Amino acid sequence: MSLRSDLLGRLNWQAFHHPWVTNVGVASMTAGAIAVVAALFYFKRWKWLWREWLTSTDPKKIGVMYIVTALVMLLRGGADAVMLRAQQATSVGVHHGFLSSSTFQQVFSAHGTIMIFFVAMGLMFGLINLVVPLQLGTRDVAFPFLNATSFWLYFAGGMLVNLSLAVGNFSAAGWLAYPPLSELAYSPGVGVDYWIWGLQIAGVGSLLSGINFSVTILRMRAAGMSLMKLPMFCWSVLGAMSLVIFAFPILTATLAMLALDRSLGMHFFTASGGGNMMMYVNLIWAWGHPEVYILILPAFGVFSEIVPTFSGKPLFGYKSMVWAIWAIVLLSFSVWLHHFFTMGAGADVNAFFGIMTMVIAIPTGVKIFNWLFTMYRGRVRFATPMLWFLGFVFLFTVGGVAGVLMAVPPADFQLHNSLFLVAHFHTMIVSGVLFGYLAGLTYWFPKIFGFKLNERIGRYAFWCWAIGFSLAFIPLYVLGLMGATRRLDHYNANLGWQPLFIVAGIGVCFIALGVACQVLQLVVSIKNRHANRDKTGDPWNGRTLEWATSSPPPHFNFARLPDGSQRDAWWAAKKAKTAVAYGPYESITLPKNTPLPLFIAAAAFAGGFGLIWHMYWLAAAGLLALVTCLIVRTSAEDNDYRIPAAELKKLENAEQAG
Amino acid sequence: MNEAAERDNRSIFGFWVYLMTDCVLFASLFATFAVLRNSIFGGPSGSQLFNMHYVLAETLALLTSSFTCGLMFLAVRARDKKRVLMWLAVTFLLGLTFLSLELSEFARLVHDGDSWRRSGFLSGFFTLVGTHGLHISVGLLWMSVMAAQTLRRGLTNNNVRKLTMLSLFWHFLDIIWIFIFTIVYLLGAARL
Repeated sequence: MSLRSDLLGRLNWQAFHHPWVTNVGVASMTAGAIAVVAALFYFKRWKWLWREWLTSTDPKKIGVMYIVTALVMLLRGGADAVMLRAQQATSVGVHHGFLSSSTFQQVFSAHGTIMIFFVAMGLMFGLINLVVPLQLGTRDVAFPFLNATSFWLYFAGGMLVNLSLAVGNFSAAGWLAYPPLSELAYSPGVGVDYWIWGLQIAGVGSLLSGINFSVTILRMRAAGMSLMKLPMFCWSVLGAMSLVIFAFPILTATLAMLALDRSLGMHFFTASGGGNMMMYVNLIWAWGHPEVYILILPAFGVFSEIVPTFSGKPLFGYKSMVWAIWAIVLLSFSVWLHHFFTMGAGADVNAFFGIMTMVIAIPTGVKIFNWLFTMYRGRVRFATPMLWFLGFVFLFTVGGVAGVLMAVPPADFQLHNSLFLVAHFHTMIVSGVLFGYLAGLTYWFPKIFGFKLNERIGRYAFWCWAIGFSLAFIPLYVLGLMGATRRLDHYNANLGWQPLFIVAGIGVCFIALGVACQVLQLVVSIKNRHANRDKTGDPWNGRTLEWATSSPPPHFNFARLPDGSQRDAWWAAKKAKTAVAYGPYESITLPKNTPLPLFIAAAAFAGGFGLIWHMYWLAAAGLLALVTCLIVRTSAEDNDYRIPAAELKKLENAEQAG
Repeated sequence: MNEAAERDNRSIFGFWVYLMTDCVLFASLFATFAVLRNSIFGGPSGSQLFNMHYVLAETLALLTSSFTCGLMFLAVRARDKKRVLMWLAVTFLLGLTFLSLELSEFARLVHDGDSWRRSGFLSGFFTLVGTHGLHISVGLLWMSVMAAQTLRRGLTNNNVRKLTMLSLFWHFLDIIWIFIFTIVYLLGAARL
């Protein structure tokens, strides 16, 4: 008994007993994993996978890995959403739906956690990796090793969350795990621990990325590219990464304190022992509100690239756009209390945070008008990225108005924790963040893979998403006003809510159809890739430096470094009928491949698993392995290789000939 | 500026940014401690627990180690390997002294039944001071690795860059300690 508990902690057969819904999920995940492994054996691609991807330090490869992981997680989080909607459409009166209360709680906790941390963050860091170095006219990020480590930590965190489906269970305490519910007294199982360590590992990865990309943008720009000539996407990323730097350490500390409460019996947030649970809510939102802007700012940046390109005009109000970004960055730290006006902080405090919340709509409005004025009198091409933008403007404005409404504390007392709130933040995050990143993926896809995505199926996907989204969430505003609270797994038939829940369920079907279109779009586009090949490197008649190199770019991005002394440098060069004024060929230094980031993340994963299940030997072994990896890395002298100037010249000539 | 020097500069700038994130981490813990300072839940308060002579000894050990770390860095700039190793060793020993003092203070508290389980105040105390102690331990490990590398390879560009970051890290921990000394111990002992 004692040996078993030393070895396995609290892991036992109970951990593998699940309701049938979970078993279906586990089976499909296992089947997917087996299919991938089998395909790798069948096509003999293991070596290729190891050399070209798993050990890569190339930000373009890392970006693709982020996006693939995020899209897989999107399917998982989307399946959760379908289950939630199906339950709420059917669990009325005498019918109790197909999910038990405890499963339902795990599903909505997993849905929120996965969508924010592993879908939105993954898509964001993916696009940043793909685009920022190219737009800056540089060859790499500031710290390539750290960059790969960030990705693998994110991946390890996501895998821990997925593993909770098969081994044990996930948190049933909501996506932000408020105490006292998330404390040991009320959640004695492993669920909250999975949540804590999955987020902690991924969160450290995000923090490291924040440092990395801030330094990249501040210190590695093309010659002549002063800050006020930065492409707007890079400005947005700089704003978001500054927020990461200031907000993520708060998350790290907060999660650590919750973990200490649960594992060492501390009293930070407990109901007894002098703990203060409202402190948790303050801390988590002091991170959580900036987090919302961390997600949305790069999406704003994507639109700031797409709208000028497809309108054939420079961005309207460049300087006001920059100031709007930094106003949002600053203000985002002064609004966190609006998530809990009902806490009872008093009228003065609530009034302050209510006003600050309304004020933040001003810089956001500036951005919306700037995009619209960019379109005004432009030759607008309604390609798919532009459709996503138009869908965004409409829905985001609706959601934003709902947000300003809730910023009024007395109104919020009515709407707090209602479906009105759920509808509001889904409008902001789906039509803002997700539409933004989907637009960005469509826009930059040809740059990364060398061929365009199918336009027609892309349009179908957009319309399914736009219609589906409206059907799924507009009823929730109404339901919220009718008094429906969030996280309901059952309600009374005579409330008359069921028709609206059914409409919302139909909306989700449309969204699922949209996702199916996107999968089809990808398959068809890969099949017809030769017909849609981008030979120019500039398929959309773009404006910024990423379009000045071939599609896909060579792994060193630019054989000769471009000049960035004009705003919209590539557009200026095209108009002057010169190539971007390239410098001379110089030999370049690039980082070698290394498996250490993968090993570091594997060690973190093992350590996290050990802590969750109280297998302390595994936790210690994970920590030891992690420290060993770091010492090996810091002791290595030669981590780079050089490409001589002559070879670069040869490579580029071959490129132009081919 | 050549490429290698530019890369070193960039790394050091990045390390500064990292230190700022660590600063925010400590700020969160300080804020938490401030909120929980009076949540003693019937247990002992700071003024009953803290032995200021002891804390003064800890402080002197750490402040002196920061000074010797500065001397180590001057030796790095003079590219004097022997002196670098000597001051690294002295700094390490002073850091180790600090850590041993801190750990024995913790052990005494736990032994007397005043562990982190006792109250919100003690949870905040152990976590804030312990996080600093954890950083000190990482610093000591880093010093040993750097001593080994300096012995093996001498003061190469890579080692100079890492020693620069190490000394930044050590001074940073010193500053954090000054805040802990003031906010946790001085203000804690002053309260009745």
